[in-house]
Amino acid sequence: MKAKPKPSGQYADFMARAYTIELEATERYAQFAEQLETHNNREVAQLFRKLADIEALHAKRILEEMKWPSMPALPPAYAWDGVEGPETAPFDSLHYLMQPWHALEIALRCELEAQRYYEGIAASAAPRPVRAAAREMAAEEAEHVSLIRQWMQRVPQPKADWDADPDPPGVNG
Amino acid sequence: MNAPVAQLEKPIALQAKDFKSDYKPVWCPGCGDYSVLSAITKALALLDLRPENVAVVSGIGCSSRIPAYTTCYGFHGVHGRALPAATGLKVARPDLTVLVASGDGDGYSIGGNHFLHACRRNVDLTYIVMDNHVYGMTKGQPSPTTEPDWSSKLAPGGTGLREFHPLVIALASGANFIARAFSGDPNGCAALIAEAVRHPGFSFIEVLSPCVTFRPEQRGWKDAVHPAPVAFTDDPGRAARRIMTDDGFNIGVLYKGNRPAYAAPASKGGSVEDLDKAFQL
Repeated sequence: MKAKPKPSGQYADFMARAYTIELEATERYAQFAEQLETHNNREVAQLFRKLADIEALHAKRILEEMKWPSMPALPPAYAWDGVEGPETAPFDSLHYLMQPWHALEIALRCELEAQRYYEGIAASAAPRPVRAAAREMAAEEAEHVSLIRQWMQRVPQPKADWDADPDPPGVNG
Repeated sequence: MNAPVAQLEKPIALQAKDFKSDYKPVWCPGCGDYSVLSAITKALALLDLRPENVAVVSGIGCSSRIPAYTTCYGFHGVHGRALPAATGLKVARPDLTVLVASGDGDGYSIGGNHFLHACRRNVDLTYIVMDNHVYGMTKGQPSPTTEPDWSSKLAPGGTGLREFHPLVIALASGANFIARAFSGDPNGCAALIAEAVRHPGFSFIEVLSPCVTFRPEQRGWKDAVHPAPVAFTDDPGRAARRIMTDDGFNIGVLYKGNRPAYAAPASKGGSVEDLDKAFQL
């Protein structure tokens, strides 16, 4: 069994950040699933629901590892490089006619961002236990990147006119 | 086994999800208003409020759907008239936290006059305006904040009209708290809403909330927004200069005034029948 870094203030803070990253990603995917369910794009809604479940599992694993019964209801908003966590899909990424491939493309970008984020911490001057945990998480994210790439090969690539709508909502469309 | 009485008496801290109703929003996928809803619910959790102590009042438009999506008391009112309804409610029930939701059409055009006077009266309300520079619900007509050269089938060549500047108008009219938020930053937006609720008097938050259907170019806002470079001021003159000359993408609290909130004169009491008598001709 791999030796776990000794918990310290900085280590706990790092894990709280990691938990927040997973939680934000879960919430956003669940929100996307809900939006596409409302717009009757069930296939993509289901895929986002699955992605939300996966991220929620990752979050749960962090809680278990840290032996935290739960996190505060509203984890503090950390100062990310962007406005949200590195694994959170931008809120405006959706299109009502999008296809599973597009959803996976969004997930791929998020996993790559998360991998870069953890690699940055692993290469930083952070305390050794934090760097070790960041390396481990970067490796996990790299595994997710590879899984999503494989998944993308199994779904059809959208045609060039995938967003063509004979009755578009916008009069300028 | 029943929980001990002491445990039952202590209210359980609520989470953001406890402020979301079972009604699913029907905005377009990718709409900024989803994140504003998320920010409002996070802010209410952050403030440790309970749904039965909060009222969300709105007018008409995409953004005005928000009350139904919360578990708080809600009033989906008449176009442009959210502020008068909210003012009446707050004066009658000062114990409630009253949030008002609106959009740039509902709030600045149809309800423009109410906006001025709500700022002037300084009743303790939090006014959240989701600004996407377009009438989305009615298919993309230019609104008061639409750029003069935004060309569309409904306004070929653009309106040629100068935009309304809501933050300056709010300041000149007496709003006691002025901030600009971005829906793409729900955590930051939640913090600003919470700060606005805590500040006494009329608090106004302009939330840049992209309309991905009629103004898809607004997806670029996430690259344009930036934190306000200087801290807020309580000097209206300085605030006016800053707000007039900023690029429209400064995010944060821009002005915090010190005017006391309007306090309604103490009620003389009386029954509903007494009130009815006063209205009889």
